[in-house]
Amino acid sequence: MKPARFTYHDPAAIADALTLLAENEDSRLLAGGQSLMPMMNFRFVQPAHLIDLNPVQELSFIHVDAKALSFGAMTRQRQIQNDPDVRQACPIILEALSHVGHRQTRARGTIGGSISHFDPSAELCNMAALHDAEVILARKGSQRTLTFDRFGIGYLTTAIEPDELLREVRLKRWPERHGYAFEEFAMRHGDFAICAVSCLLTLSRHGTVDDVAIAVSGVAPTPQRLKAFEISARGQAPGHDLYREAATQAAAIEATSDAYTTADYRRHLARILTYRAMQTAVARFNSQAK
Amino acid sequence: MSTSSFGASPKRKEDRDLLMGRGRFVDDIVLPGMYAAAFVRSPLAHARIKSIDASAALARPGVHAVLTYQDLPATLRERRMPLFVPHPTLTPRMQYALVKEEACYVGEAVAVVVADDRYIAEDALPLVEIEYESLPAVSDCKLGASPASPRAHLDLESNVVSRMISSVGDIVAAFRDVKHVFREEIFQHRGGAFFMECRGAIASYDAAEGSLLLYVSSQGPHRIKRGLLDLYDLSDTQLRVVTPDVGGGFGPKGSLYAEYPVVAACSMKLGRPVKWIEDRRENFVATHQERDQYWDMEIAVDDEARIRGLRGTLTHDNGAYTPWGIVLPWISVATVPGPYVLPAYHVELRSVLTNKVMATPVRGAGRPEGVVVMERLMDRIAREFNLDAAEVRRRNFIQPSQMPYNVGVIFRDGRPVVYDSGDYPACQDAALKAIGYADFRQRQAEARRQSRYIGIGIGNAVEGTGLGPYEGAAVKVATNGRITVSTGATPQGQSHKTTLAQIAADQFGVSIDAIQVETGDTAKISQGIGTFAARTAVNAGSSVHVASVKVAEKAKAIAAKLLDVRAEDLELRDGYVQLAALPEGAGVASDNARQIRKSLAELAVVAAGMPGFAMQDGAEPGLESIAYFTATQSTYANGTAAAEVEVDIETGRVTILRLVLAHDCGRLINPMVVDGQVMGGVAHAIGNALYERMIYDDQAQPLSTNFGEYLLPLAPDVPRIEIIHLETPSPLNPLGIKGAGESGTIPTIAPIIAAVEDALSPFGVKISEAPITPQRIVELLGDAALGRTR
Amino acid sequence: MTDTRSIVVVVNGKRYERAVDTRQTLADFLRLDLGLTGTHLGCEHGVCGACTVRLDGAAVRSCLMLAVQAHEKTVQTVEGLAGNDELSPLQQAFHDKHALQCGFCTSGILMTMTEFLEENPSPTEAEVRAALSGNICRCTGYQNIVEAVLATAVALRDKRNAAL
Repeated sequence: MKPARFTYHDPAAIADALTLLAENEDSRLLAGGQSLMPMMNFRFVQPAHLIDLNPVQELSFIHVDAKALSFGAMTRQRQIQNDPDVRQACPIILEALSHVGHRQTRARGTIGGSISHFDPSAELCNMAALHDAEVILARKGSQRTLTFDRFGIGYLTTAIEPDELLREVRLKRWPERHGYAFEEFAMRHGDFAICAVSCLLTLSRHGTVDDVAIAVSGVAPTPQRLKAFEISARGQAPGHDLYREAATQAAAIEATSDAYTTADYRRHLARILTYRAMQTAVARFNSQAK
Repeated sequence: MSTSSFGASPKRKEDRDLLMGRGRFVDDIVLPGMYAAAFVRSPLAHARIKSIDASAALARPGVHAVLTYQDLPATLRERRMPLFVPHPTLTPRMQYALVKEEACYVGEAVAVVVADDRYIAEDALPLVEIEYESLPAVSDCKLGASPASPRAHLDLESNVVSRMISSVGDIVAAFRDVKHVFREEIFQHRGGAFFMECRGAIASYDAAEGSLLLYVSSQGPHRIKRGLLDLYDLSDTQLRVVTPDVGGGFGPKGSLYAEYPVVAACSMKLGRPVKWIEDRRENFVATHQERDQYWDMEIAVDDEARIRGLRGTLTHDNGAYTPWGIVLPWISVATVPGPYVLPAYHVELRSVLTNKVMATPVRGAGRPEGVVVMERLMDRIAREFNLDAAEVRRRNFIQPSQMPYNVGVIFRDGRPVVYDSGDYPACQDAALKAIGYADFRQRQAEARRQSRYIGIGIGNAVEGTGLGPYEGAAVKVATNGRITVSTGATPQGQSHKTTLAQIAADQFGVSIDAIQVETGDTAKISQGIGTFAARTAVNAGSSVHVASVKVAEKAKAIAAKLLDVRAEDLELRDGYVQLAALPEGAGVASDNARQIRKSLAELAVVAAGMPGFAMQDGAEPGLESIAYFTATQSTYANGTAAAEVEVDIETGRVTILRLVLAHDCGRLINPMVVDGQVMGGVAHAIGNALYERMIYDDQAQPLSTNFGEYLLPLAPDVPRIEIIHLETPSPLNPLGIKGAGESGTIPTIAPIIAAVEDALSPFGVKISEAPITPQRIVELLGDAALGRTR
Repeated sequence: MTDTRSIVVVVNGKRYERAVDTRQTLADFLRLDLGLTGTHLGCEHGVCGACTVRLDGAAVRSCLMLAVQAHEKTVQTVEGLAGNDELSPLQQAFHDKHALQCGFCTSGILMTMTEFLEENPSPTEAEVRAALSGNICRCTGYQNIVEAVLATAVALRDKRNAAL
């Protein structure tokens, strides 16, 4: 299990990387390597050119402001886990990251690598969907910004063109006080999730739902938001009926099946975990100081 | 210094090198001028090869050879791989080292590429152009047993290559005479060994001497040598097989694989050493595994819940060839009776060829499956009679007073299963006491009030260990006084360098650091079998003891003559033979002491003889002895595993809360090492019960081919394991020991399954399969799994 | 056709300058070019953890990195754990607690857990098990590894306290 031959490039700047991308057909970008390297070792992927983004310092940053959390694509998962601003602004990301692989893979794995690989069960893709992320894609001479629902196209497939590079991911920031929950079912610690459900919410002074977002991943080829529920839930009082309504909508997602997991089980987990996520998010909101 | 190492827990001699990264595994060995090999493997489970064109691969710079069947030495084209364990009921089916024309499983080696390094060899693999004609494949053994099934090999009359009946007592009468008959159909799947170090071999052929040196990661180089002698017409001294450090074996490294003679052929052809290291992708398709068994069993029980008879069939997935004959299913059948009185027993085993890699022993070797069958039936009886599960077992135990106990079943060594010793009721009691069985129902009721579902399960097993024929040991004191023990036993983590040193150390009155233990080298001892089936401590351990005693006696005899004292007044201590009465600390300075003791070095020099002088009294030269201890039969260890689990009924997740194993492996050489073996074995059983599945599609294409798909238990999945030792010495060997290497695995799948079923008993869930996954649990629960979301 | 680069890397305190094939993994570079065979390859797809080494201090999978990516970085392997032939506290605890059997996975576990204990000097058992989840051991059932890590944490804490 040794990688096939390629020509290696180690650009120092984004502009250099984009030039290399534009000039070399059949090239792949190497981020943390925690998904691409196994595929290369298996020779499932045999690019002619490998463009290593690890030397590109300007792709590695975390910036938190009032509106958004911005991450350079090469920011490592471990860096995000250890960042005090992220912890303060968006604690759910830390919970999600605790399920991403293992400490050795988080030391190398990057947010951009994970999001552009776009595994249906990837926790960071779930986070991007949950936070109405914007994704900045660059190509030589131009760049564009996509909302996450337009970025993700299908199973392991995104809108990134062959000459484009994912530059930055921006997660919409929620109010300081918000309830959150990340519920995941995987066979073992660190495994790909069979299903993961995340929830963010705020309640009004009257205790009814102000705003809620729920993202379900692992069930369909792309992460799914429960949009209809999110709209209908506004103004409703939290409790069993509301949680069950969310759960029922989650269970209606068109699910995939494979040799290990049936669509039925995926839908079942979506139901169960959605209920739990709602319950936990509400409890956490209520336990927070006003 | 302690005078007895046996029974103590000295720290391991093996550790230091391994901890510092100085171990020597086969892939760590670099020979001058060595090339690397990689195999082209069949991508189809059943196919005819229509053509092979290696020219593009050969043209690749850095590629030195491509060998197909046609390029093999004549003997490898004429002879198939050797069958080590034939049986009269078996229609054997063995493969050629490389596929001749019909490939019969995904992963079967079709060609080999030899190149400067592994990277280049892998570059060339897709350049070997092979045209395959796809043939219908047999994937499921139950379907394969049907006459309508396609055949796993085109020329087979039937895929059922063995039917064997095991029968004890009057089974017809047993079923005629009782009112209670219960039937269980049980499916079991056991996965592979998945040792962390994949297989590997280096062949180095010396054309001048016509000799071949093979390094191989194995469980016993002697049997590999035997197989290679069959395949190559080399003389005994022209072939040496060496097994260095081994990164886990668990059964499958005990086989002779086709890659080994092929790598040898490459070295012979190129005149260079050739290394092949199996990668993990190959390991998933080319290393032997265990797999599927379908059991259909009926049990006859009297009004007191005592078993009168048990009958049924076992359909066993053997894979594509029969290197181990019917060993696996036979052991399963022989293990079913376990610690229970079973007056009548009748099982027909059907071993079925499928188009999958071969099923051969994996830690437990068919025994865990046999235990699951019997223990599921025990739980069924308990349920039907509304009796406590432990009580049903108590009513059926063989009592210690009945030892030795003839079960009546013929074991694979051709002898009836005769339990030599053990106290089964006491073993179960010990496990149940430790796990708090007495108040479990109360705890369970309390948990249910909080909507928590906990359950408890019991598994009892009796395990034939110390399988024959023998394992030898050569014990030698060199003329400089250094003591060496050489054995054919081949550790893969079992700590033999420590435990065998302990046994020898006791006879020489030295610390274990003074004993050098040599393993895994056909040049160091003539005969050997290898390490599997929990046999090494019993066989090799006994041989080390016997040989050490002989050497010590010889040393005493020589010293007695030199010192003019009686041999029986002498003892061995710290490298000297001395008067037993010599007080401690008499000191080397004392002339007196020097007079009345002789160093082992001096004695070895005397024993070696002096040029020109006759040996004294015609004594055999050398302070050395070889012993090949031969047990008259297997010695039977036993154990009870008890598990407490919690099941999340909404997700199906199983959490093991407690796991207790009480077991009896006779006298313990090194309790620390035995505990380590048991804990590792239990973890393996947890994998088998809850995680490990090799999935194939209906054309026998393996779908589980990496560690993301095949799930081994990780640290959070294995609970603390509580171990209780009972020590009933075996009467069958001088040390009173029994095997322990599989004792954690064998009884432990059953209680986990039983505990899950017990936890779910409010919902009437019945489980008759292993492994059991969360998804399956949710399916079995039906609407109950909706839980709070209803 | 072969794409090679010259790299400079400090491994276990020693500086090496080597020309490497750019497709060569860091693991193979350590094993084949530097002869540091204590780093083992168990799966080459980043699951088993046997190949774990420390790169600028971080425990990483050396099968999922290219040697060329270690250019101008420092690497520590299992061979670099013991100083002057004296086992590190964690190595010693592995010996004392029988935390290894075949020893093949051990190097990667030592590297991972050494880093982990630096980051979390007073871990709970659950934290140790979670941190261990990226390393597969088929021999031990993990229990004695967990014991050894916990014992090392205590020993290091005592040592620090004594130094204060």
